[in-house]
Amino acid sequence: MSDTRTEEAPPPSDGGPREPEAPKDRAGLLAYLIGHQSGVVIVVALVIALLIGAALIRYQGVNPWYAYEVLLRGALVNDGALTRTLQKTAPLVLTGLAVVLPLRVGLFNIGAQGQLQLGAIFGAWVAYVAGGAGFLGAVLGMLVGIVFGSVVGLLVGVLKAYRGVHEVISTIMLNYIVAGVTFWLVVGPLQGESSRTSGIPQTESIPEAARLDTVAGVPVGFAVAVVLAAVCWWVLGRTTFGFRFNTVGANKEAARYAGVPINRVVVLSMLAGAGLAGLAGALEALGTLHRFEPAIVGSLGFDGITIALLARANPLATIPAAFLVGILRTGAAGLQFQTGIAPEIVDLLLALILLMVSIPVLGKWLFRSRADKQSVATTSWGN
Amino acid sequence: MERLSTWASKNRTPLVIAAAVLVAAYAFNLVRGDIAPSMFGAAWGYAIPLVLAALVGVIGERSGVVNIGIEGQMLLAAFAGFFVAAVSGSMIVGVLAGIGTGLVAGGFLAVTAVRWRMDQIIAGVVLNIIATGLTSFYLVSGQSLPGVIPNVSVPLLSQIPLLGEVFFSGRSVIALIAILAAVLVHLALFHSRWGLRTRAVGEYPSAADTAGIKVERLRMVNVTLAGSLAGLAGVYLSMDASSTFEREMTAGRGFLALAIMIMGAWRPLRAFSMALFFGFVNATASQLQQTGGFSIPPQLTATLPYVATLVVLAVAAGRVRPPGAVGQPYVKKDQ
Repeated sequence: MSDTRTEEAPPPSDGGPREPEAPKDRAGLLAYLIGHQSGVVIVVALVIALLIGAALIRYQGVNPWYAYEVLLRGALVNDGALTRTLQKTAPLVLTGLAVVLPLRVGLFNIGAQGQLQLGAIFGAWVAYVAGGAGFLGAVLGMLVGIVFGSVVGLLVGVLKAYRGVHEVISTIMLNYIVAGVTFWLVVGPLQGESSRTSGIPQTESIPEAARLDTVAGVPVGFAVAVVLAAVCWWVLGRTTFGFRFNTVGANKEAARYAGVPINRVVVLSMLAGAGLAGLAGALEALGTLHRFEPAIVGSLGFDGITIALLARANPLATIPAAFLVGILRTGAAGLQFQTGIAPEIVDLLLALILLMVSIPVLGKWLFRSRADKQSVATTSWGN
Repeated sequence: MERLSTWASKNRTPLVIAAAVLVAAYAFNLVRGDIAPSMFGAAWGYAIPLVLAALVGVIGERSGVVNIGIEGQMLLAAFAGFFVAAVSGSMIVGVLAGIGTGLVAGGFLAVTAVRWRMDQIIAGVVLNIIATGLTSFYLVSGQSLPGVIPNVSVPLLSQIPLLGEVFFSGRSVIALIAILAAVLVHLALFHSRWGLRTRAVGEYPSAADTAGIKVERLRMVNVTLAGSLAGLAGVYLSMDASSTFEREMTAGRGFLALAIMIMGAWRPLRAFSMALFFGFVNATASQLQQTGGFSIPPQLTATLPYVATLVVLAVAAGRVRPPGAVGQPYVKKDQ
């Protein structure tokens, strides 16, 4: 009753309508494009977003192609740039997954920001305390990151499943609450000795041995993120557990009738998603900053929303989506220096990309009556 | 007279609560005359944008559209109002630009969520992210407002002890509009043809459609026009409560407003009082920070309104009923 979906349930979106005509070469290509239209739509959306972005950069008095070139060089070509981009991509894959998993159940987790921050501070602190244990300390830090992220998710899930509090509101409120609590921790109990004198809100630096390094140019964190994305894809697509997720997301009444414990699935999806966001925080602390500071979260959590929608809620697709966002975010750093454009242009570009991939009309314009029905949907107030 | 008594017996609970709150407020004023008036003033100051934003939510959801984008609408309006005023050198032009921006942002949600039937919650979040992107990229520092929004005192009403002092004496025009808007939206929603149609469209759109109401058009008009109130709330933040625009200065108020709307059971006047409650929570938090009577760190007291939201929602959310068709796009059966 309170689902946002229309009464006419959308048909399964995979495959798309079959082409009955004879498979001539051109018709075959068309059929292929229609069958893979979500990919086509996303590519077109990206191109349109980047073109609008180019117009805006032009308007700032800078040659847009030069700006994009600087951005790509800074993210992929320059010395060590690719490693930095992969380093940035790792937490983005995880925050993307943090939005994807609950979205499969129909929950919209916009609180990866807070979940990440809580995971980061405790992950950093544990890795510092257990730093003597070397790599074990790093593993411990990551596990603690997962645990504290999922504590936030557990709260959101329980409030949603048993008290009917909508997750969009509770996750946003928890973002602010976590920001307050972590800031208090980092200027209080967990503040590092050296930063106490300078007044900078930072925790102690994590010892070398317990940091996450790169192996042959590939950051360990990135490998962890890719493996987890694959695990999520396997669990969602190939196990009974994942089938329950999808059933609840597709039709709650049917799921209830089939005996799926809906409340438990709701809580679990938030728990798992938030745990991944917490791990993202721990990775960022252990691999990039080597400590916790309030700015660690940046916009990693909100970028996760863009990534999840870009990936059409497919766990494996979060990897390229996050890589794209990682390129933009990493490349932006050199943009100000070389072209004078504020790095916030990336916020604008990402907003444009999000807009273009999420408006449903693009598919209809491109494919007319053959367009897929929109498959991503969230739930309304109440249960 | 008889109508008044039936109205009173129908609204027994809110009336008793209102009376109790009033008595408590006056009692607090009597006991702590040194801090009470300033705390009440601060509470109302914090509540003003929340009242306006909650009304945006009420209008949208009563017509069946979830508006998660209030935050973004406010942010865009705050940005436009401040910078247009700074560049044009005229406050009134700035305020109008802010309200206009609110309308445009409302229109964006109307088109995406109603006309294109995009998932309403995703549409709102997209609006918020676009607002953050636009305002942080085009932000320039070193601008200042050419003037202030005038304060007015309402004759007669400002003479009421405490209440007049808090609500009607030396308050900005926007504050008065907020009170007026809450009353007007209440009257319009429950005592006008537009209100009946709006509620019909939000509760049971197919019945409304059968009765000849253009469901999509009414929804689009309502969501767009409500944007002007979000615009006013944004203008209040950047041009009245403070006189500068900062990145993400709305600080979750759009979402607080949605919580207030839920706790107010989708009724304008109850939402108004819930906003006051939130204002008071915030005033208490800052009072605790100032006096430092308790040794609670300021970073933690600052989270008090957000904690209060979660706690109150956890108690209230299951007990109130949202409009029947909220969140569902309306599709005619023969389409």
